[in-house]
Amino acid sequence: MERNDENLTGTHRATEREGLDPLDPKTREAIGNFRASVHAWSDSMVSRSRVPAEVTTRKSQWSTPGWVLGSAVFVGAVSGGLYQNHHQQEQARAAAAREAEHQQQLAAERAREEEDLLAKVDSDLSREVPSAMEPLASLMSDEGSK
Amino acid sequence: MAACTTLDPMTKATADEVAERDFASIVATHRAQIFRFLLASTRDVDLAETLTQDCFLKAHRNWSSFRGDSSPMTWLMRIAINLQKDNWRNRRLQFWRHTRTNAVDVEEASDWLPSGERSAEQQMLAREQVANVWRSVDGLSERQRTVFLLRFVEELELKEIADATGLSEGTVKAHLSRALSRVRAELGEK
Repeated sequence: MERNDENLTGTHRATEREGLDPLDPKTREAIGNFRASVHAWSDSMVSRSRVPAEVTTRKSQWSTPGWVLGSAVFVGAVSGGLYQNHHQQEQARAAAAREAEHQQQLAAERAREEEDLLAKVDSDLSREVPSAMEPLASLMSDEGSK
Repeated sequence: MAACTTLDPMTKATADEVAERDFASIVATHRAQIFRFLLASTRDVDLAETLTQDCFLKAHRNWSSFRGDSSPMTWLMRIAINLQKDNWRNRRLQFWRHTRTNAVDVEEASDWLPSGERSAEQQMLAREQVANVWRSVDGLSERQRTVFLLRFVEELELKEIADATGLSEGTVKAHLSRALSRVRAELGEK
């Protein structure tokens, strides 16, 4: 309280010197307390601004697990990616094998069909005897029987 | 003999070093005062710290152009006032944004009192007076508030306030007179 009054007296004198209305005791006291309060608050906050250094030190204790966790996440992400890539390649390989087998089956079927067709054509041709050759054919069969 | 009278020309590196040293001492001397003014203007500790940093950053950039027409404190205070004004203007322009403010209310700000030999009753009375002054400061215009704080918290003289704010002494006097009337009215009502 005394300190505030001393400070205020200085301001009060300056106020009078500069031609301003003098402060009444009540206003003077209130403004003195206000100034002291702002100074106390500010001083306290200025000294508080050194605290972050301590917080940083404390944080550094947690930096190792954080670093490890980060590495684990990174390794997990990379191995996951590799596994997925490998899985996709396997699937593609299996699909290609299936496709090749299917193609082979189709080719075999086509070959069989062609073979059947040729056999049918052959049998049809062998059965059809031209009419001009028929007497000879009968002679040959008669001679064969004799 | 001639060597004693001739001044060695200062190299640029030496001049820069001297300027850096001067600026460091300016920061050490005035940082607390600039922070206090900004804290009283905003009632927001984080914002006051940020603006104080900005103030010294700006001062450092313009240190070479400081000619010493006014005292370093007045020069720094002028920068701080402009930064605070810019901040206030930006907040007003961004009214549609939900900006988070850390400004404490009047009651909380009034809790800060210097530790001294006071009775509980005196402390309560002082706290009430401080809260009333904060309330009246809240009701002042930006200029009146700046002038009031510079005068009664930083204890600057009219001439220094005029230099820092860029107003004439007469205008400073008028703002101060209106601010005091408001404080008196607030104290008288209680």
